[in-house]
Amino acid sequence: MPEEKSAKGELSRRQFIRASGAAVAASTVAGTLISANTKADAAPTVPAAIGAVDVSLKVNGKAHTLSLQPRVTLLDALRERLQITGPKRICDRGNCGGCTVMKDGKPIYACMMLAVDAHQSEILTVEGMGTPERMSVIQEKFVEHDGLMCGFCTPGFVTSVHAVLQKNPSATMDEIRRGCAGNICRCGTFNRVFEAAVAAARSGRGA
Amino acid sequence: MNNFDWVQPKTIAEAATAVKNGGVAMSGGIELLCLLKEHLIEPPSVVNLKSIPGMRSIDVAGSGLRIGALATTTDLAENSVVRNDFPGISQAAASIASPQIRNVGTVGGNLCQRPRCWYYRDPEVKCLKKGGQACYAVAGNNEYHAIMGGGPCHIVHPSDLGSAFLAYGATVVTNEREIPIQNFFVLPKDDIDHENSLRPAELVTGVTVPNDWKGARASFFKSKERESFDWALATALVLLKMNGSTVSDARVVLGGVAPIPWRSTEAENALKGKSIEDSVALAAGRAAVSRATPMSENRYKVPLTTNVVRIAVLQAAGLKAE
Repeated sequence: MPEEKSAKGELSRRQFIRASGAAVAASTVAGTLISANTKADAAPTVPAAIGAVDVSLKVNGKAHTLSLQPRVTLLDALRERLQITGPKRICDRGNCGGCTVMKDGKPIYACMMLAVDAHQSEILTVEGMGTPERMSVIQEKFVEHDGLMCGFCTPGFVTSVHAVLQKNPSATMDEIRRGCAGNICRCGTFNRVFEAAVAAARSGRGA
Repeated sequence: MNNFDWVQPKTIAEAATAVKNGGVAMSGGIELLCLLKEHLIEPPSVVNLKSIPGMRSIDVAGSGLRIGALATTTDLAENSVVRNDFPGISQAAASIASPQIRNVGTVGGNLCQRPRCWYYRDPEVKCLKKGGQACYAVAGNNEYHAIMGGGPCHIVHPSDLGSAFLAYGATVVTNEREIPIQNFFVLPKDDIDHENSLRPAELVTGVTVPNDWKGARASFFKSKERESFDWALATALVLLKMNGSTVSDARVVLGGVAPIPWRSTEAENALKGKSIEDSVALAAGRAAVSRATPMSENRYKVPLTTNVVRIAVLQAAGLKAE
């Protein structure tokens, strides 16, 4: 989902964090470098990582090749290198489901897979399922049924529900609950999440 | 986590050489990433077993089932032959963690998991298993620890598939030999550093399950604090062979209560020759914990395990468990 600019043309929260991070990094190294680029909007120069390997990923239909150290998780590659920030980094230990993405058609925790291990695979994130203008039926039902409170777990839940409906477009409540067993909402909006999922299943419009 | 070299062997021999040189083998990688992120291990290289072809299939041979070490737990849970002929394995596989983990985690990885003990997992704590002087669960918090077979370390083994494979009399196949599963898992009193008898650079390549218990009535029951997705407090896998309405043979394996999947011959003997009703199932449950030695905070596991066995016995017999 594009979150580059708000309606008033102000910086989005993420753009602000990214820009101020670059400024801090620039000022930190300024003392040791002869000429430091202090322009906040300049692309950060990443030194070639030691032991980096090429990783090819197809994300939401678009092919990418990244040079990554083997220790980089799929989640960090998506968020930090491709700016695909739908999958969230919450527990980073495969406990919460906030980072759930589809890999080759199956839901996985992106935090518990090395990016290099996902080499040549197809990744689908919540961004690839729909846009604010053209939402998928599941996204639409989450909005309609107010299936979120703080919204942080929502991309993971939408992805898990997507996986369930992909397998059985008219999934039952029981199948939906089992399909979402690996996702946690700390606000506790489970009832509305499941209401939205059931509504999507009853719509007869697939995943 | 620290960085490491990424090794992609083409054969199991190449993988073993890479492990001999200090690398650590990775299958699904779920457990490995847990260990790497907590700096419990800091290997110079990670050896990706998935680059070796032919280790993911589940085949039916004349003598039984052959399961590749790289088959995912989803592969196992959804396999129709396993579901029909070895339902205890299928049920155990389906109970593991969450869909996201089952889609990645493998059979070999499940068997080779390290303990979930909070002292072991805490990078700041040097417990017995990490070369320290004491098992801190003894005087500390031991709510989730062993009630049988513990000492000097009191972990419980986290593998549900271990329970299932033990019940069905499986054999673990490695690059070096075949290990009957009862010799695969080892107690802390026999080896404090490892939970299994694998030698250095010995790699699990698969599991074979004989037909001895094929078609037997089966139930795997798991008690967890959180219904959706949690580690087991206690599990029971019960297999029953029936002669009319009486039990001609039985297998009862407990999980979550001992440092290894725990076969209870006491519970099996309480079932043999009986026809299953609630009092018989309860007697088997009581027999299963007759030698339990709970710790300060896990006494609850004794009645819990009794009932977990009782429910699994009733379910295996096709009776309603309340």
